[in-house]
Amino acid sequence: MSEITPEEVEHIADLARLEFSQQELDQFQGNLERILDYISKLNQLDTDDVPPTSHVIPIRNVTKTDEVIQRYNRQQILANAPSQEKGYFEVPKIIE
Amino acid sequence: MPPLNQLTAHELHQRLKSREITSVELTESVFDRINNVDDSVKGYITLTQDMALEQAAIADKAFDQGDQTSPLTGIPIALKDVICTQDVLTTCGSRILGNFVSPYDATVMRKLKSHKTVMIGKTNMDEFAMGSSTENSAFFTTRNPWNLDTIPGGSSGGSAAVVAADEAIVSLGSDTGGSIRQPASLCGVVGMKPTYGRVSRFGLIAFASSLDQIGPLTKDVTDCAITHNVICGHDKMDSTSANLPVPDFTTSLINDVNGIKIGIPTQYFSQGINPEVEKNVRSAIELLEKLGASTEEVSLPHTDYAIATYYIIAPAEASANLARYDGVRYGLRTEHIDNIIDMYRKTRSQGFGDEVKRRIMLGTYALSSGYYDAYYLKAQKVRTLIKQDFDQAFEKVDVLITPTSPTPAFKAGERTDDPLQMYLSDIFTTPSSLAGLPGISVPCGLTENGLPIGLQILAAPFEEEKIFQVAYTFEQNTDHHQKKPKLLKNQDPLSMEIDQ
Repeated sequence: MSEITPEEVEHIADLARLEFSQQELDQFQGNLERILDYISKLNQLDTDDVPPTSHVIPIRNVTKTDEVIQRYNRQQILANAPSQEKGYFEVPKIIE
Repeated sequence: MPPLNQLTAHELHQRLKSREITSVELTESVFDRINNVDDSVKGYITLTQDMALEQAAIADKAFDQGDQTSPLTGIPIALKDVICTQDVLTTCGSRILGNFVSPYDATVMRKLKSHKTVMIGKTNMDEFAMGSSTENSAFFTTRNPWNLDTIPGGSSGGSAAVVAADEAIVSLGSDTGGSIRQPASLCGVVGMKPTYGRVSRFGLIAFASSLDQIGPLTKDVTDCAITHNVICGHDKMDSTSANLPVPDFTTSLINDVNGIKIGIPTQYFSQGINPEVEKNVRSAIELLEKLGASTEEVSLPHTDYAIATYYIIAPAEASANLARYDGVRYGLRTEHIDNIIDMYRKTRSQGFGDEVKRRIMLGTYALSSGYYDAYYLKAQKVRTLIKQDFDQAFEKVDVLITPTSPTPAFKAGERTDDPLQMYLSDIFTTPSSLAGLPGISVPCGLTENGLPIGLQILAAPFEEEKIFQVAYTFEQNTDHHQKKPKLLKNQDPLSMEIDQ
């Protein structure tokens, strides 16, 4: 059985910028344990000499010329912002 | 004559071109149907009727003036709400994007517009395309038109249901681990996941970037090829899009399978498969043999590891892709926040549903310090083994045939308490997704209870043409694709039939 401690669940939640009630934490702990337990079947396979696949089709780095293209105007992009000021995205104070 | 909304795109194109009908009439017939049945089916999140009628008028003008038109000109199309559409709400089935109006069109939408198609609206889906039933939508669950007590599959459940219920002529969905093919199977329509890289992902809201592909859901194989022709092709806005020539897929609509070699993967007929599904898929294979194809059993020994591999890779990529929803630039931002970290936490915790959180947690865990090698790297290695199984099979055969889904549509609520059980709905579609292969689901019969069963045809990367040829031959020699659901309100035998 894959074991995952309540502290680990809280640590992962912190990394993922999520917060949970105690009840939710317990539920996620159970869910994650069960899924990780299922996933552990991969350990039945010897993969020491197997190269990893990150992309299924052979692609090399794709580059493009570094040029400024005016695709959108500022107001169009800001229209979805929860809060804006003077043409910028506004967020709570981040420096004391 | 059946109402216009019941016809296929290729049938309608002839009538539009001869000016026997107008796109405006056609579009109105689709909206009439939506008004009659979408309260029950619940396929749409957003309807764009005014825009649709304007687009239909533009298409009619093109036909009237003898301008260049295409087989999709004037055809009403629905888009899964994961595809960005300029000036139209694009929610991804999530509260966190509940008010998001895209400032740009996805490349597929640009292509559809350049063909003067008509956009009907945006269809319901599992939140961020994570799910197999639409029950993870933040808004509501779509119902399967064949039995409103059952789910339509997912995550492109809305796109499949609206085509099955004749509430759209064609739709687009997206497939990461089976999200086009599984709902197509459960709703009795044709659904294709193209080869990874065939269709631009620009403007497709990202779930798992090494797997996501946009593809068509249609009433028959011909419409699927027509739509595939329009959406495929290299796009410099998507650096993973394949720079390869795109053939005219309609030239593969050939009613002949003589000389075609079909592989039957033994592992797909062993575990947990519904007997009615197996029976119908087996008889489909027998029919193709009678029509001249040869068959042989092949082994894909790592099939049983695909779900485990997928549930590391997809959540890992999702946890990175979904980091952008932070309440700063678009979407939800919660009230009453103390500082910026608090804003991130509260916004994400209120904005995401349980399944999305579960996958973010799983992916974050798999990528976290000390666990990367054991999970993500391990999964990428097993992904290589799964791909090699397919490579070896395609040295011997042209296509593989399997069931699309191990079961027909299940009842709403049946699998929601057990995430793992839900994940196993995609057991026959995830292996080919991990290998980047193209695959189609075509209807191959109904269960005794009248629920559709789908046949999956897979081919090697960029060999969609072989899929179209086999699928078309099967369709031309059967009538499964012509069957339509009898939409009943609430499944009460005494209730009024609302089918036209």
